[in-house]
Amino acid sequence: MRTPLFLLISLAIAAAVFAATIALGNDYVFFAGYVVLQYVVLSTAWNILGGYCGYVNFGTAAFFALGAYSTVAVYKLIEADELPHVVPMPVLMLLGGLVSGVIGLGMGYLTLRLRGAFFSIATLALAVVLETLVVNWDFVGGSRGAYIIRPEEIAPLGNYIRYLFLIMLLLTVAALTIARLIERSRLGYGFATIRDDEMAAEAAGVPTLRLKLIATTISGTLMGMAGAPFPYYIGYLQPDSTFALDYAVNSIAMPLIGGTTSWIGPLIGTLLLGSLQQIITVTISSAVNLLIVGALLVAFVIVAPNGIVGLVHTYLQRKPEDFVGRRRVDADAAEPAP
Amino acid sequence: MSNAGERASAELLRVDNLGKRFGGFVALDDIALNVAPGERLGLIGPNGSGKSTLVNCICGTLRNEQGSVHFDGRKLDGLTAHQRTRLGLARSFQLPRPFGSLSLLDNVRIPLIYTVAARGHHHRAAAEVEEHCIGFLREVGLEAKARQRPRDLTQVEMRKLELARAMASEPKLLIADEAMAGLTHSEIEDILALLVRLNEQGVTVILIEHIMRAVMSFSRRIVVLVSGRKIADGAPDQVMRDPEVERAYLGQ
Repeated sequence: MRTPLFLLISLAIAAAVFAATIALGNDYVFFAGYVVLQYVVLSTAWNILGGYCGYVNFGTAAFFALGAYSTVAVYKLIEADELPHVVPMPVLMLLGGLVSGVIGLGMGYLTLRLRGAFFSIATLALAVVLETLVVNWDFVGGSRGAYIIRPEEIAPLGNYIRYLFLIMLLLTVAALTIARLIERSRLGYGFATIRDDEMAAEAAGVPTLRLKLIATTISGTLMGMAGAPFPYYIGYLQPDSTFALDYAVNSIAMPLIGGTTSWIGPLIGTLLLGSLQQIITVTISSAVNLLIVGALLVAFVIVAPNGIVGLVHTYLQRKPEDFVGRRRVDADAAEPAP
Repeated sequence: MSNAGERASAELLRVDNLGKRFGGFVALDDIALNVAPGERLGLIGPNGSGKSTLVNCICGTLRNEQGSVHFDGRKLDGLTAHQRTRLGLARSFQLPRPFGSLSLLDNVRIPLIYTVAARGHHHRAAAEVEEHCIGFLREVGLEAKARQRPRDLTQVEMRKLELARAMASEPKLLIADEAMAGLTHSEIEDILALLVRLNEQGVTVILIEHIMRAVMSFSRRIVVLVSGRKIADGAPDQVMRDPEVERAYLGQ
């Protein structure tokens, strides 16, 4: 499927989701749905570096928080109560993405010579450093946190949360399209060689360092964009909860459960795990959330290390073979008789 | 190498007093080596003599502390491995390093889209690239497995894949690092025929091998490394009669 067609279909699905959520007539669904969508973006972004390139980033919360705090900084700078009417939300998101992307590039430059666990520890350290900075930065509220006044209504949607939901929905479509585009491009092949064997990749002519920097930048940008509207969602932004480990754990668990080698894995994993978390938060308690993540993660690592996508793949491969590919080889082998 | 007036243009690879240490261990000591375009060079030496280290220094996988490497009239020092590959320097790894999550076809596709395309001679359409990849796999007899993953291959087939991937970067110089270990008689003949064919198409080949029969039949010139030093360099039969080489190989 060509990318424009994919984009059209995704937009159609997004429109249908939005219409259905409105039809439910309960604004709580928007609040819950927003979180799930936010995690689709975060886990897709994580997967571009973690799944495609094999570099496990524990710093999702840092990039997410950078996006959120750049919105707070703009809010404090302009001192307008109705900021989104002065600076539109998409602009805030681009700004958050820019800040996170630049930090992502910088982090890549400093840490990408590290491999495996060492890289992961470095990203975790980055999150701690950034949190310390924010806690001590009074302008954005420091450890006290910052209150953001959310506009009540937005025409023509009504409640502002609907607008936030819509915007996150569009960002989700954008993130998935980007991830899918990468997967099928020259860049995606390059990322896969980095995941498999960097020395062999270099020998085949792949500029591994540059590709890894591209991955950290794209990944960081998307995470920052997902964080930018967050202050308006939550109303009160505070370092402890913005830099929470939940973001890192979830954005790793969701792609792992869905499958890390394709764009659809993080989507499936997030829809499953994210929705489950929202349901459990309402029906049991929000504290059970991480327990569920932990249990599922352990189960998947043992039963299906390649996630749900991997399970489906193995099931399909038991059948004769990937026939699309098969046919092409046969056509090639059967040269026309002279 | 009796060409008295040898010019820079007449040498494809020039290694000057190359040195490499690992801590206190001297892996390579003052290596000098010239390779002319179109040559078939055999590089031999006992295990641990520094053959693979030399290849790694030439290809940019390792950095040499001393000396310099020139290739095709350019100084290579400071260039990364992928930049050297793009200049036309290809190698196969002694222990096969396939891209495990990619099909054989895509393994061969990587050098085509990253190296050959980067040279920018001509743009190939996707279908054309694929046909080209299949062609390289056919050369090493892996065409039927084009859609499979490297984990389905035997060790021997992986070596062939290594070679196919190195060939796919359309190199000027191909360094085959023990591509034949573990192969049967007829398979060795196949690989040798393939390398000779490549050489006849104008590719310079350096063959690193333990199988003497293969080295002797392939090489026009042989270089011997022992303990990181070059002890002989010349025509095969002449090198084999060299008392120092005999000592290194057979003991005294």
